[in-house]
Amino acid sequence: MKKRYAFTHPYIPNSLPEVQAKMLEEIGVKHIEDLYEDIPEHLRFKRELNLPEGLLSEHALKQHVEKILSRNKTCQEYISFLGGSCWPHYIPAICDEINQRSEFLTAYAGEPYEDHGRFQALFEYESLMAELVDMDVVNVPTYDWCQAVSTSLRMAERITQRGEVLAVDTIAPDRLSAIRNYCKPVVKVTLIKHCSETGWVDLNDLKTKISKNIAGIYFENPSFLGFIESQGRIISDIAHEYGALCIVGVDPISLGVLVPPSHYGADIVCGDVQPLGVHMNYGGALGGFIATRDEERFVMEYPSRLFGITKTSVEGEYGFGDVAYDRTSFGVRERGKEFVGTAAALWGITAGVFLSLMGPEGMKDLGQHILQKSQYAMKRLSEIEGVKAPRFASAHFKEFLVDFNDTKTTVSQINRSLLKRGIFGGKDLSSEFPELGQCALYCVTEIHSKEEIDSLVDALADCLSSKDD
Amino acid sequence: MTEESKKKYRLRENFHQAKWDEPIIFELHTPGERGILVPEAESGVVEAIGDGLSALPENMLRKQGPALPEVSQMRVLKHYLRLSQQCLGADFNIDIGQGTCTMKYSPKINKMLAGSSKVTEVHPWQDESTVQGALEIMYKLDMFLREISGMSRFSLQPSSGSAAIFIMASMVHAFHTFHGEAEKRDEIITTIFSHPSDAAAAAVKGYKIITLYHDEDGLVSVDALKEAISDRTAALFITNPEDTGIFNPNIAEFTHLVHEAGGLCGYDQANANGILGITRAKEAGFDLCFFNLHKTFSAPHGCGGPAAGALGVTEDLIDFLPVPVVDFDGEKYSLNYGIPHTIGKTRGFYGVFPVIVKAYAWIMSLGGAGLKAAAQVAVLNNNYLLENIKKIRGAASPFAAGKHRIEQVRYTWEQLTQDTGVTTEDVTCRMADFGFHLWSSHHPFVVPQPFTIEPTESYSKDELDEYLEGLRKVVEEAYEDPERVKNAPYNSVVHKIDHSTLDDPEKWAITWRAYLKKQGENKKE
Repeated sequence: MKKRYAFTHPYIPNSLPEVQAKMLEEIGVKHIEDLYEDIPEHLRFKRELNLPEGLLSEHALKQHVEKILSRNKTCQEYISFLGGSCWPHYIPAICDEINQRSEFLTAYAGEPYEDHGRFQALFEYESLMAELVDMDVVNVPTYDWCQAVSTSLRMAERITQRGEVLAVDTIAPDRLSAIRNYCKPVVKVTLIKHCSETGWVDLNDLKTKISKNIAGIYFENPSFLGFIESQGRIISDIAHEYGALCIVGVDPISLGVLVPPSHYGADIVCGDVQPLGVHMNYGGALGGFIATRDEERFVMEYPSRLFGITKTSVEGEYGFGDVAYDRTSFGVRERGKEFVGTAAALWGITAGVFLSLMGPEGMKDLGQHILQKSQYAMKRLSEIEGVKAPRFASAHFKEFLVDFNDTKTTVSQINRSLLKRGIFGGKDLSSEFPELGQCALYCVTEIHSKEEIDSLVDALADCLSSKDD
Repeated sequence: MTEESKKKYRLRENFHQAKWDEPIIFELHTPGERGILVPEAESGVVEAIGDGLSALPENMLRKQGPALPEVSQMRVLKHYLRLSQQCLGADFNIDIGQGTCTMKYSPKINKMLAGSSKVTEVHPWQDESTVQGALEIMYKLDMFLREISGMSRFSLQPSSGSAAIFIMASMVHAFHTFHGEAEKRDEIITTIFSHPSDAAAAAVKGYKIITLYHDEDGLVSVDALKEAISDRTAALFITNPEDTGIFNPNIAEFTHLVHEAGGLCGYDQANANGILGITRAKEAGFDLCFFNLHKTFSAPHGCGGPAAGALGVTEDLIDFLPVPVVDFDGEKYSLNYGIPHTIGKTRGFYGVFPVIVKAYAWIMSLGGAGLKAAAQVAVLNNNYLLENIKKIRGAASPFAAGKHRIEQVRYTWEQLTQDTGVTTEDVTCRMADFGFHLWSSHHPFVVPQPFTIEPTESYSKDELDEYLEGLRKVVEEAYEDPERVKNAPYNSVVHKIDHSTLDDPEKWAITWRAYLKKQGENKKE
């Protein structure tokens, strides 16, 4: 088959030879290569890139990529009980309708004039999240919860001028790893133990580790392991007594029914917006939020963009702009607070759409439904001989540990059996939390039907009674 | 069509952007309205469990719900659609005025592919056997980027370019720690025309930052670098071409000198769009480099993210990469957490997967020859603009006079400002009246009254001509009637913004509730 002429590609209009000739003439050179005169010979790449031949027809490209992707199994094809900081929730159709709009999808860094809509949508996101957490300042989203908590801890370091933070050992292991890397070598991270019965912060251990050198105490509520930490007020009082800040990571979808951390003394609240209208995307669609009170000493330590509302020259017209831009690295490079750049704005806008649709009643209904479904799942699972759910004697939200230690079967074996039955079992925690033995983290939300939970229970009972598969 | 196109550009003199005068979402609140109803638990669940709330400890139950607005569904939809129309994304304007950001076309087919349930409904903790497609795409993108850069292995975990810079700094620190030199090597050298994050993200890791300035050619001299290098040098972080569009021909000498002193070299390839298939990180002597998948590799910018970085390293640094990386044994793809001296995790899970899919698809749609063609046309477009902008009264392209540039140019309106009082900011506002976006540049403004233009390969000659016509028009106005430009915009969404409250802690309002508290007396009735 004859090859297409030169390289006129639909994405590259000026690949047309006639147009190129005209432009080169105007520039005053003969060949495009002449424009690279500054790149010395020894740095020139001497051969052609050894990459696959381009799939020039869109049809061929679509077939190629779809074929690879078809090897993925999805949570629509299987019944999934996976959570662990990326959660399945119902996504209202309007969330996708809005975040797929070309206007939002392809906007970037326009001025607050021609991108007024971007500024307003993100200001509204900040405002809606502020109601959820009941605080007055929320940032334009950063990358994810890992980044949000890491920055929250570094903010605490700068606000208190102290070089050590405490974090409870039940937080997500990946998050702890990211925190450690982000703090090293400037801030020391020390773990506090949890109570093995309830999962809560071990107050005695906290009291031995708190001191006037501690910048902040970090815990998560609901915790990574699903239990609700009920001692928030006691923990924040201890922090404050020593001049430290109380920093709480929270699943925002819980806040229709759970008290926001600001009510029990949190100074900085952080978390991920993914549960608020964003698909799971193999863990690739996260957005971190940070919230504080509206005090200068907090606001001036944010590295993120903070969009504020203001006036214009026309009476009654809202305008928007960056609040305290000169605290950012965009303004003053390394003298700014950490760094800022392209992060996760589109997911912030999406979370704003989600919260606008839900309203207070929707958030309460949703939270209540999640409580009911997860409690139902724990109750049913506990009916299986040798299975204990939850592992911790506490109230839980959405996630809980299923303890298989008494079944003499490993989570890994169980999950293999469940997979054969079309079920993604809970996340195996046996290597990340070895002290828990064979426990799995199950996630049950409003998308799980009673029938699906019942079928999980049946499948598990079946797996455990026929250990040969 | 072989004969020369007859179409001509035309300035949009009658342009007016959509202006809906849309209230803030909270102003749409009508008590009792609902935007969406959530499913109720089945009766069997309620019978077994009750209301679910009574299981909560009393002190943890939220009694007063969040004060979110209550708005019916179509009104919410309309609200956000109207806001969307008040944005000027790359799909609408000739988005070449946002230099350094590579605002190229993001093909719709790639969006469609990334929107497949085979992407969106996949959970990151799924068994590896059920995510072979995802892992294959990540592995193959790693292989493509190895070829494009000459590096030995890539991590797709960075959330963005700035995150990749922070990871570079973390790996530099881990490398020197491993070699017992972390305490001694406490300086990172960068240049003023490298992205602000090259300095800022490295400083988060505790490094002292040495910023090198350019000479009259717009380049950092070898001597300036020599002076900065010492046994305290941990690394050099640099872009090339820098944000001026000037390629540093001495780059291999730079990396050699830093290596001689025991430092590492990290390459910020944010400006790679003009050099794909032309020159590579490896041959220039870099140990680490990263690409922005949302710039060079076409993924859209999403109002400021999601972004994605891809960080490549030489053999010597593989052992320090974040975990996990993707392996392939000839049959199965798998996640490898066994990196001996890993810096650990830097983000939840594995990377910004939808952006990774888009970047993979973009490379596949062009192939090796296509990538090079894209780079060459980006450079052609840039030099075509340079040739024309130089001729615009009041504009200039500082440094490297008479030379060509790679993929962008940092220009200046200094003369225009001196002649007319019209600043870059004024010009950007007036450009908006014709449907264009023009950006100043990163701070600090080393080049006075700067603007940076990066045309990429995506825009036709006619579109470039239209943009040039916009610049000429605004300049003509500036000389004839500067006030006209200074009071702009007129046809954008809103008028001159009052920035005075935004730096005042007593007045700034980052949320609606703060606004009501602080400026309640000014609020709309």
